[in-house]
Amino acid sequence: MSDFSLEEMLRRDPRNEWIARNRLHPLHDTVLSAEQGERRGPSGLLRKDPHLVGFIGPNGIKRIDRADVFSSVGAELAGKKRSTEAKAVSLPWHIVENPAGYIMVVADMVGGRLTRHDKDILGLAHQLATEKAAVAVVLVCFGESKETQFDLAGVDRLIHLAGQEFNGFAPEARLAALEQIETQFYPDYWLFPDSVNGGADLASRLAARLGERPATQAWQVNGTQTLCRGASSSVDIRRATPRILMLLEECADAIDSTRHQALPLQIKPLAALKKSNGSSKMLDRGMIDVDASAVPLAEAEFILSAGNGIHNWNQFHAAAAALGATEGASRVAVDDGFMPRERQVGASGTWVTARVYLAVGISGAIQHMQGIGQCDKVVAINTDAGCDMVKRADLAVIADSDAVLAELTKLANAFMASKQQTSSKQGEKSDAA
Amino acid sequence: MPPNINVVSLVSIGRHPQSGRARRAEQDGRAVELGLTMVGEALTVLHAGNPQNPVLRQYAGMGLPSLTVLDQASSCDAVSVLLRYLRKNPTDIVLTGVRAERGESSGMLPYLLAEQLGWPLVPKVAEIVSVQDGKADVLLALPRGQRRSVQVSLPFIATIDNAAPEARQSAFGPGSRALFSIQKGDNLADDAFMEWKISPAKPRPKRLKVVKAKTAADRMKAATAKPVGGGGKIMKQESPEEKAQAIFDLLLEEKVIR
Ligand SMILES: Cc1cc2nc3c(=O)[nH]c(=O)nc-3n(C[C@H](O)[C@H](O)[C@H](O)COP(=O)(O)OP(=O)(O)OC[C@H]3O[C@@H](n4cnc5c(N)ncnc54)[C@H](O)[C@@H]3O)c2cc1C
Repeated sequence: MSDFSLEEMLRRDPRNEWIARNRLHPLHDTVLSAEQGERRGPSGLLRKDPHLVGFIGPNGIKRIDRADVFSSVGAELAGKKRSTEAKAVSLPWHIVENPAGYIMVVADMVGGRLTRHDKDILGLAHQLATEKAAVAVVLVCFGESKETQFDLAGVDRLIHLAGQEFNGFAPEARLAALEQIETQFYPDYWLFPDSVNGGADLASRLAARLGERPATQAWQVNGTQTLCRGASSSVDIRRATPRILMLLEECADAIDSTRHQALPLQIKPLAALKKSNGSSKMLDRGMIDVDASAVPLAEAEFILSAGNGIHNWNQFHAAAAALGATEGASRVAVDDGFMPRERQVGASGTWVTARVYLAVGISGAIQHMQGIGQCDKVVAINTDAGCDMVKRADLAVIADSDAVLAELTKLANAFMASKQQTSSKQGEKSDAA
Repeated sequence: MPPNINVVSLVSIGRHPQSGRARRAEQDGRAVELGLTMVGEALTVLHAGNPQNPVLRQYAGMGLPSLTVLDQASSCDAVSVLLRYLRKNPTDIVLTGVRAERGESSGMLPYLLAEQLGWPLVPKVAEIVSVQDGKADVLLALPRGQRRSVQVSLPFIATIDNAAPEARQSAFGPGSRALFSIQKGDNLADDAFMEWKISPAKPRPKRLKVVKAKTAADRMKAATAKPVGGGGKIMKQESPEEKAQAIFDLLLEEKVIR
């Protein structure tokens, strides 16, 4: 204990201080550099030497980079032990210990991740939660989840229903689960995205089942009043806030400055579900293969895009067909006459919203990048490792486009063949049975 | 397609998006179109509201010999009177739009009907492929032009999406000659709706990109820097097979290849 306090004690070295003050002393430079950053004045106050701040720029003028100074000083002040921890930015915790009430947010989770719409609604849920004490925001999600940042999106509690029965088109099973949650927790609000991804459908089912009149297309909500769009978005309806709300995009700002617990919340086994399982009136037969080239570029989910680095166009079209991707192109490919104008992606073409954008031989000019700003995953195939598209990409492959496209086509064809085999085998089995 | 099923198509008064005038509603028109292709003139087209409304003639002009109208004030709640009609008349398939173009536009009516009748509801239908042995195969319109095949047992309610075939043109003469069978409605007032304050839609504020930076230099950087993803994986040395496999794995993981 006494050792520790000795270490903590400020030890002054009068000789060093004297040398540091005397610019003509032969040891002046070494002493200054030895105790850089932390210098104490006679009273123990921290002193900053303005001459030491900054650096000399290329043309001999002194430059001060404030942003860097802040970070380095911060690290030094934190001391040696904590300097490593201080680097990872840690947001303050928002903790709800024993929730007295719940707000349920039922997310779309397109592709297994929270959409921007979902995050906005989580933000709104926290606005509503502040109006009462100890209300926890609960995220309800179905099916497979790839989301890793529930804590940063504002999820206090998480109900994740991952069972097989909730996958695909399963409104009956999902509704049964929501009913169970309703009886178990009786939440203050049910918030849904008013979206085409299933949010509006599920919300309407729940509202009809519970006999509540929901607010649809709501965009301004507080604890007492709600503003909704109506009559095909031509009027605003102001009404009292109901328990079930379907919210438009950008109804509130997403959470970005707090960290949340995202603790799992258990729900009781679904009795109603098992009962209804046998007599399900709707049977999901799975997704249908659609002609990818008929899907409008702006809506397409998966785009294979060609630029100036494509030399074998037949191969490119074959690859797109094999992968089932919608074709896109950079302006150069369009201007050179290899692709039609309506396939152009970018500032003067189409702004795309694909979940996966596979750019082959595209350098990533800013006019092109603007068009793919909303894409989730970008994959680049390019010979130039330094180009902007590679910097933007989540997966970049430095190779000749010909070779990689040929391999990809092969893989896709093999995959389809194996899938057909298994499905035909299954067909035989079910025929035999 | 067996003509011995009863298909009812519910129609409402639409609203032209620019002029705001009454018109044939887009999705309801598609629902009538779908019904006509399924069962032809045996289709029942049903409206709850004012039978004098000239827009109804636009529906009739699609080739309907007659139209059924449940006469009540157009501000009244349509659910109860439609329920009564559907319970009384044998029905296999009810077609509606997803959302009305007037009033609350909540899209709740088909759900309320389905809940009360205990029928299944298939949302956003693009096509009814076949009806056989008390079951129907329908295609649902998903976002991004995707389709899902669903089997549903009769009787059911389907809401028709904009992806369904477009409504045929309406002919004025046949429309004016169509017969209206008018039945008495309920005139149950929608009290909650009366209490709401309705005003022309305010334009919504655009979301601004707010940069939460401590220093001016950080804000400058945020305003000028190109949005760079960073942290992406770069493959250089591997063979083309390995590279292609890595891309293919990512596509599989994202489920864009099925
Ligand atoms: C007003 C204006 C509007 C514009 N609007 C658009 C727009 O909307 N959309 C748009 O796309 N562009 C637009 N542009 C053009 C844009 O600036 C670029 O010129 C264009 O995007 C470049 O296309 P690119 O990447 O295909 O070609 P390049 O820049 O020539 O890039 C070709 C890339 O392919 C790579 N490559 C070459 N050979 C191979 C190979 N064998 N295998 C793999 N990779 C290879 C190269 O390394 C390079 O990175 C606009 C320009 C202006 C001035």
